Amino acid sequence: MSTIDPVASTAEKAQHALMSKAQAEAPRVRARRTPASWVRDGGLSTLLFLLPMLLVFGAFSWYPIVRTVIMSLQHTNLVQPATWVGFANFSQVIHDPLFPTAVKNTAEFALLALVFGYPIPLLAAVVMSEVRKRRGLYSALAYLPVVIPPVVAVLLWKTFYDASPTGVFNTILGWVGLGPYPWLQSQQTALPSLVLESTWANAGGTVIIYLAALTGVNHELYEAASVDGAGLWNKVWHVTLPQLRGVLLVTMILQIIGTAQVFLEPYLFTSGGPANATLTVLLLIYNYAFGNSLGGDYGAATALSLMLAGFLAVFSLVYLRATRSWSTG
Amino acid sequence: MITFPFRRRAATADGNAQGLVSPADWRRPRVRFGLGSTQTLLLVGLIVIGLGPILWLAKSAITPTQDTITHPLALFPHGVAWSNLSRAWNDVEVGHYFWNTVVIAIGSWLSQIIVATSAGFALSVLRPKYAKYITALLLTTLLVPAIVLLVPLYVEIVHPPLVRHSFIDSYWAIWLPAGASAFNVVLISRFFDNLPREIFEAARIDGCGPFRLFTSIVLPMSRPILGVVSVFALLASWKDFLWPLLVLTDPNKQPLSVRLPTIESQTELGVFLAAMFISCLVPIVGFLIFQRSFLRGSGLGGAIKG
Repeated sequence: MSTIDPVASTAEKAQHALMSKAQAEAPRVRARRTPASWVRDGGLSTLLFLLPMLLVFGAFSWYPIVRTVIMSLQHTNLVQPATWVGFANFSQVIHDPLFPTAVKNTAEFALLALVFGYPIPLLAAVVMSEVRKRRGLYSALAYLPVVIPPVVAVLLWKTFYDASPTGVFNTILGWVGLGPYPWLQSQQTALPSLVLESTWANAGGTVIIYLAALTGVNHELYEAASVDGAGLWNKVWHVTLPQLRGVLLVTMILQIIGTAQVFLEPYLFTSGGPANATLTVLLLIYNYAFGNSLGGDYGAATALSLMLAGFLAVFSLVYLRATRSWSTG
Repeated sequence: MITFPFRRRAATADGNAQGLVSPADWRRPRVRFGLGSTQTLLLVGLIVIGLGPILWLAKSAITPTQDTITHPLALFPHGVAWSNLSRAWNDVEVGHYFWNTVVIAIGSWLSQIIVATSAGFALSVLRPKYAKYITALLLTTLLVPAIVLLVPLYVEIVHPPLVRHSFIDSYWAIWLPAGASAFNVVLISRFFDNLPREIFEAARIDGCGPFRLFTSIVLPMSRPILGVVSVFALLASWKDFLWPLLVLTDPNKQPLSVRLPTIESQTELGVFLAAMFISCLVPIVGFLIFQRSFLRGSGLGGAIKG
């Protein structure tokens, strides 16, 4: 830790202070600080408290972040020593015929997830916030799918999506004369099916965030709107939504960042099929690194994950810049 | 910065402050009927969508496989097969994997709590001069998507630097990285920031050192936030799939979430659904018991991220 050097910094300050005679008294006392006094004043025990965090984050967060950048510029297979290859990994990924497919599918997933999953939690939360009795029951029901382990949720929905006429969804749709649909087995319906499950599994968390935000809306605004003769719709449109816009903008970017990293659904539902129709960027990264039993292409995997992280960072910056006036004004 | 939305809501709900729908609005028959029926509709929808799949899973876990395949929505046309549950627990060894999951979850929880409370205490209560640099380093990790860490972390576990010993198939490979959650540290230090400093000063004057201050004053005062962090740490560990899949290659050590996809192809449907039901029982029961912590915590998540 090069930043911790209390002796040098206080000595400097003391020197500085000595020049201005008015403040000469106090700094002269502090100038006598030595490593021994640092320990006596609790500097060492502070470091001891920080130690678990510094070790764990150093080993499992900060070091791997740096390591990713290094590995993306190297050819590594854990058997032979790593060799520097410049940006070869990046160009290999970009020229991979599966790369555009994965990007397209991921973008489609994120977009569909916004269409399915963005307005519904908001509507549900606005209605729920006006429930007089048993509001806890509403939020518990909405949140329940979130606590189901994702693996169970995906495998359960896989049985629901059974393509035979006696599958759960096909039976229900059969009652109204629809189907049977192939769900996961058709290139057209596979991706929307994944989005549907993912929306079911995640929407509850967003509902709770909106409910919390709705309690923060200033009630005087509603009263003022009532006095001005605003009806229910006008109050929702002119008071509730504008008051929530900060939270709405944040949940939108968080959802996009989350869905851009979708892995579990395509991995467990379809393994990227049929015909790569559900291959996402994360699944491609996984396949580069762990999909080949002969040894992983860690260079390509880290290069692609850095490209994704870089894209998300730039996207978030542009998004925040573009919506700044709207979110605060 | 930390607000407790549900407590605040409770305070306003019984006062005469009005929400979106004012008492006058509420007395109008059209609003009362329209809103009332919308709410009832929402409740029915939530029951069907939120609870329905879980109820179906519970029903199918004790239904003979043939009935589930041919009449998935019929209610026990040929009786109940309680044997699915015992076969899943014993023959498919779900019991064994269940305990693996428990061991992994408790270790991850312990590591997260130790790291987050000690770091939060140092940064927010002891407040050394360099705290701001460490906080900045912590916050940058919040901005890095998890996928960036996956491959180098895996390589680090297979070939750790300094030690010549692979941590593959060791639970430490899951427990230790679980501690590196910047979100927990931020959540806990925000809470510690808001504790009254006069108490710390009083304790210090009474001769209380930093370790006693930590264990006898700060930790007991932070039970609510520790509850929230614990609940989420345990749930996240129970849900985790990709990381245990990568670092635990020995099936005898794998948790339920990793075993389930493998079991799927080798087990008949009824028994498999029973296995799935068993593995979501703990999170559901935990949620029903600690509902307040869960819902408050996800509201907090929004408040902090916002």
